[in-house]
Amino acid sequence: MLEVTGLVAGYGSTEILRGIDLRVEAGEIVAVLGSNGVGKTTLNMVLSGLIEPRGGDIRFDGRSLKGTSPAEIVAAGLIQVPEGRRIFPNMGVRENLELGSYGRARKNRAKNLEKVFDTFPRLKERIGQFAGTLSGGEQQMLAIGRGLMAEPKLLILDEPSLGLSPLLVEEMFALIERLNGAGLAIMLVEQNVVQSLELASRAYVVENGAVALSGDAATVAADPELRRTYLGL
Amino acid sequence: MYSADIIIEALINGLLTGAIYALVALGLTLVYGVLHIINFAHGALLAAAMFAVLLTNQVVGLDPYVQIPFLMVIFFALGYGLQRLVIGPASHGRDENILLVTLGLSIVIENLLLAGFGSDTRSLNTDYSFAVFEVGPYLLGQARVFGAGGALATAALLWLFLSRSDTGKAIRAVAKEKIGASLQGIDVAHVYAVTFGLGCACLAVAACLLLPTFYVNPKIGSAYVLVAFTIVVLGGMGSIVGAMLGGLIIGAVESMSGLFLGESLGQIGIFVIFILTLLLKPTGLFGAKA
Repeated sequence: MLEVTGLVAGYGSTEILRGIDLRVEAGEIVAVLGSNGVGKTTLNMVLSGLIEPRGGDIRFDGRSLKGTSPAEIVAAGLIQVPEGRRIFPNMGVRENLELGSYGRARKNRAKNLEKVFDTFPRLKERIGQFAGTLSGGEQQMLAIGRGLMAEPKLLILDEPSLGLSPLLVEEMFALIERLNGAGLAIMLVEQNVVQSLELASRAYVVENGAVALSGDAATVAADPELRRTYLGL
Repeated sequence: MYSADIIIEALINGLLTGAIYALVALGLTLVYGVLHIINFAHGALLAAAMFAVLLTNQVVGLDPYVQIPFLMVIFFALGYGLQRLVIGPASHGRDENILLVTLGLSIVIENLLLAGFGSDTRSLNTDYSFAVFEVGPYLLGQARVFGAGGALATAALLWLFLSRSDTGKAIRAVAKEKIGASLQGIDVAHVYAVTFGLGCACLAVAACLLLPTFYVNPKIGSAYVLVAFTIVVLGGMGSIVGAMLGGLIIGAVESMSGLFLGESLGQIGIFVIFILTLLLKPTGLFGAKA
């Protein structure tokens, strides 16, 4: 479904991604792991068309995404829920969700709004509130709900557990499992190595702008180097 | 001392004029709120719109009010094109460049107007330019009443558009969260251009409403923009409600200081308010904290 080969990107004279290769198949959860500053968010920005790649190729659903605009990428069904949520604080919960269907699935807006409210009853309770006044967990729900409004083929979640209490992190991962259970392909970009590997079918560990380790989640989890670096074992 | 009737009449007339000022300020604050730049070409574009009204009236004989729908569409397209083809590409995404580009635009537009129309001050006389409504003991200029009505109606339409339509919502989304908006498939460059177009459309309507009572020359824009800028600061940068309320307040203040200090000092009240706002409440009445 998504196939990234030899992806190179950066800002100004700084190169952040130095040849990333990864793929996500239909129906999978793929974890992209790595600590702060290895280029995970840059990778997402390139995939969504906000940063132009300098080299390599991105293929989604059989066609190259190089040179396509963010709007075209959204229309193709590659939807990202960004790090830091980036919801619209000055707008209501309903308006935030409505804008999720701005670039795709606009016709099914009413139906999908109901679906999102079924998934997140909490958001329905907050429907008239300004998004900026929601708690961190609710804002994360809103960001994911907004992403679901576009009927994604592949959903990229960038650090969905960041800044949430341990209990909410559990809830968030359970939700990701449920969404995937309904057939949605998910690329989970996380620092939370342990819980992400429990959920994912495959994983990529990014270090210094390149994939340092990849394979089945179980294999990656058993890697002695990973256990030393990320788990302190 | 003046009688209460004279003061109230001046106050009402001030509020009526203030509504049109508010419309000019609305365009300025909308562009600021979304693109986060001060559009220095705002005044020159207003002058251009006023000359367009004048010319159309002289050549085709269309009443300024009848011109509103046409001029609005033309100026929307003009603003859209300016942002999409000139300001956006020339700025390379840097705010300070946008400032300079709009400043340059204002110089170009003003000089084109000078070359085309000369520096004379002109006015457009209609049947109703000097007619008045008698409301109880008060005499209200008809053109001012129509002007205020048109300005408030335009502001209400704009508010409806921004709060109800998908494009309007996209504009508000881009104003606060550009990246988040892009990730929903909102084309930010298009939204910027639509916003700039709306700002220019406000000016076109304001020009149609102003001309039956106010004169025009190629440099007139700066007079309005100074007032509009005060309104924007008073109301809060980027706030639409603030611009409307600020416009009415400034109109009333101008009229009151004109009455008590003499016409030539009428604008002094406006700048006292400007300075007081900056000193006491820099965010304005409805402005967000920086």
